[in-house]
Amino acid sequence: MNLKPVNNKAWWMVLPVVVLVAFSAVIPLMTVVNYSVQDTFGNNVFSWVGTDWYRDLLRSERFHDALGRQFLFSAIVLLIEVPLGIALAVAMPRRGWGVAVCMVTFALPLLIPWNVVGTIWQVFGRVDIGLLGHTLRNFGIDYNYTQDPLAAWFTVIIMDVWHWTSLVVLLCYAGLQAIPEQFYAAARIDGASRWAVFRYIQLPRMRRVLLIAILLRFMDSFMIYTEPFVVTGGGPGNSTTFLSIDLVKQAVGSFDIGPAAAMSIVYFLIILLLSWVFYTVMTSTRERS
Amino acid sequence: MARITLENIAHSYRPKPNGLDDYALKPLNHLWEHGGAYALLGPSGCGKTTLLNVISGLVTPSQGRVLFDGNDVTLLPTEKRNIAQVFQFPVIYDTMTVYENLAFPLKNRGVARHEIDRRVREVARMLDLEASLARKAHGLTADAKQKISVGRGLVRVDVNAILFDEPLTVIDPHLKWQLRSQLKQLHHDLDITMVYVTHDQTEALTFADKVIVMFQGEVVQVGVPQELFEHPRHTFVGYFIGSPGMNVVPCTVEDGHAIVAGHRVAVKAAAARTPLQGKLEIGIRPEFIALSGNGAGLPVRIRRVSDLGRYKIADVELRDVPLKVMVSERAVIDGDQARIVFDPLHLHLYADGHIVEEPGFEGAPS
Amino acid sequence: MNSVTQSAAVAEQPRTAAHASMLRPSAIMLALYIFLLMLPIYWLINMSLKSNDEILSGFSLWPHAPTLANYKVILTDASWYSGYINTSIYVVLNTVISVAVAIPAAYAFSRYRFLGDRHLFFWLLTNRMAPPAVFVLPFFQLYSSIGLFDTHIAVALAHCLFNVPLAVWILEGFMSGVPREIDETAAIDGHSWPRFFFRIFLPNVASGIGVTAFFCFMFSWVELLIARTLTAVDAKPISATMTRTVSASGLDWGVLAAAGVLTIIPGIIVIWFVRNYIAKGFALGRV
Repeated sequence: MNLKPVNNKAWWMVLPVVVLVAFSAVIPLMTVVNYSVQDTFGNNVFSWVGTDWYRDLLRSERFHDALGRQFLFSAIVLLIEVPLGIALAVAMPRRGWGVAVCMVTFALPLLIPWNVVGTIWQVFGRVDIGLLGHTLRNFGIDYNYTQDPLAAWFTVIIMDVWHWTSLVVLLCYAGLQAIPEQFYAAARIDGASRWAVFRYIQLPRMRRVLLIAILLRFMDSFMIYTEPFVVTGGGPGNSTTFLSIDLVKQAVGSFDIGPAAAMSIVYFLIILLLSWVFYTVMTSTRERS
Repeated sequence: MARITLENIAHSYRPKPNGLDDYALKPLNHLWEHGGAYALLGPSGCGKTTLLNVISGLVTPSQGRVLFDGNDVTLLPTEKRNIAQVFQFPVIYDTMTVYENLAFPLKNRGVARHEIDRRVREVARMLDLEASLARKAHGLTADAKQKISVGRGLVRVDVNAILFDEPLTVIDPHLKWQLRSQLKQLHHDLDITMVYVTHDQTEALTFADKVIVMFQGEVVQVGVPQELFEHPRHTFVGYFIGSPGMNVVPCTVEDGHAIVAGHRVAVKAAAARTPLQGKLEIGIRPEFIALSGNGAGLPVRIRRVSDLGRYKIADVELRDVPLKVMVSERAVIDGDQARIVFDPLHLHLYADGHIVEEPGFEGAPS
Repeated sequence: MNSVTQSAAVAEQPRTAAHASMLRPSAIMLALYIFLLMLPIYWLINMSLKSNDEILSGFSLWPHAPTLANYKVILTDASWYSGYINTSIYVVLNTVISVAVAIPAAYAFSRYRFLGDRHLFFWLLTNRMAPPAVFVLPFFQLYSSIGLFDTHIAVALAHCLFNVPLAVWILEGFMSGVPREIDETAAIDGHSWPRFFFRIFLPNVASGIGVTAFFCFMFSWVELLIARTLTAVDAKPISATMTRTVSASGLDWGVLAAAGVLTIIPGIIVIWFVRNYIAKGFALGRV
């Protein structure tokens, strides 16, 4: 691997990207930071309040609740989607017509606009017009996601699993495809059981992809807004008000720009920190080849 | 231990093959003696890997039978054939130690712990892996990993044959010879049939007792290295073996003589009573052409002389037919005119690539 | 030569290697999962083919009086179909922009080292980690202040926030897979750099560009929050239209379902065209 040549003129090539992303990201973020340290009584009059909003936020029960719900949600969906995704990827055929069938059907949920995903499950879970709701009621289960927090959580979780497991599957499948056929042949010759093949050949070689999958799923589930919002609106009450939903409520609903801004910054920092932790932990347990 | 018989084996990767061209392996019969060291030699795509996989069971042949010691194993899956196979790149279990890698096949077969330990240590000693037994297989060099692959085959006491599919491909050049010698030594010490697939003639000729040369799905010749060199039964064998390969030039046959570039050349085979059909060619190795400055022989023009140390190769032209001639390093070559004489014992006649035997010559067993 | 005969016994035997028989547990599990995956989508299609009355009057597993009326409503009512057009416009705009600016940047990252390159790359990736909810208010203010509120280009630019870093990441992976010898050979052969880049290099990463375009399309097409925040009437995306379909007579489920089905169709078409590249794409060239 020869070393890449140093060439500072390369900055011209990255300039468009830098400008664009700076425009899309840096400027808005600066505005947010700006708001987070000021207070306004309207009419564009601002006064400095320093870290007041931050201190309020970190003591706020409302924030703690939303954060707690968010962590719980992300943890549950990760714990379901990752093992399920791995199992499905391993079960997928390695060649033949089945591959295309699986790919297309798995990819489908990923390409549905998120509000439509919400709509689909909003309907699906209803007792009067939805297959899921109707069937559950026929089994005697009292299922009402607009009134019962547990039902709401159930609906939101199963929706996310339905929506995003495919991403884990496709990523893991790509990783599996990279395993040369000879490894399977050698395992057969060695008399290895199906489980041994999974444990000693497939799983180790999926590590890199799994890292990407887990990181992506963690980040996206932590930022989730549209789908649960369409289904439950954050309710009943506050029971499914995750961080993004709570933030948008505050930023748009009320006129508390300051607190909303402070929450935004803290929110972003939490994701950055946790992603970094995930990444470091997972790459350090990975052996270098 | 087993003698392996291939009976009328042919294989096509297409579900409905039309005609011989669709076959990756054209029909063949072969007997692999117990304990022999064989090389399957040929260029890419000649069918050698397919043949290897037919023996190991990774490929079930479209037709024919595979017999181990007379038992039909054609339908038997690989894991029941007691075969070990080593692939082009090391296939090891990264997360296990070297010890665990070697023990794996025995563990899966339910062998007792102390027996596993004995076998593993014995094989590790044979392969010089004793020092690394406790290390994770992951961090070792490519040649050590290949040795582990070989080792996993050797630990099984009941292994019938070890099949190598171009095992030195990813090994560093300066370690290739070392690994090759170790494999040869292994064969010498153990009494196991070994089949070694390669496209490198040096590897084949040094490793094997018998070489099977393959070309376009066909076995074109089987023999000891000496035979392949002196008596190539197919132009491909002549061309592929030896460096430089055999000279193959078109000719015609008249009255029991071959006409090459307008010159009459005596070839015993040309006196065959049956009229010869197909593309006719003369084959002779550069080693068996004598070059002299003047005197008897066919006149040639010297185009170039390459000095390769112990010998020289002269590129000459007989009329406009190019030939390579091997000349001793001490020979003095003046000017660009010379004469060549063909050694009649090593001048062969080929029709459509296959050798035409001289009348009275009993066909050599294949 | 022996004649080629098919030995019946050999031809009929089960093939070894990786062909699972249809009844293996993994095949059953897959089939079950695919069935469950398609069920909600089937339900949406089911509803889209019923009139709203039929939906509300009783529960049925398939439409007893199937009708295309709901689709007709959408395809004839400007307030509906303009949503699709608007979304398509800004998605295409975004894809073109994202890929266009990402190509030179990815090339620079894959071929050169320069001051701050690692930090720049990392900073780009962190933008993918930014919650869109954080940007709702500032985007609204920013784009309003420069007069771009309710325009397609606004949404296209805003989506660059997460699509450009993704595009650079994917493309850099593919480009790094092209050996540098190609660049050097082209230089030796006397190609000017632009000619080399467009005639030789880019065709080599064509599949990477395709994959990148696919992902940019996908993430922009599905996004709601930012798209809704930045639009009102002129550039109103279909997702916004759908989340506000409460008329005086209550929610028309049939029309809503039909609208939903129509948003899935571009996705199906795109998947069909790239189905052979999906696995490669998810490998992102770097797995």
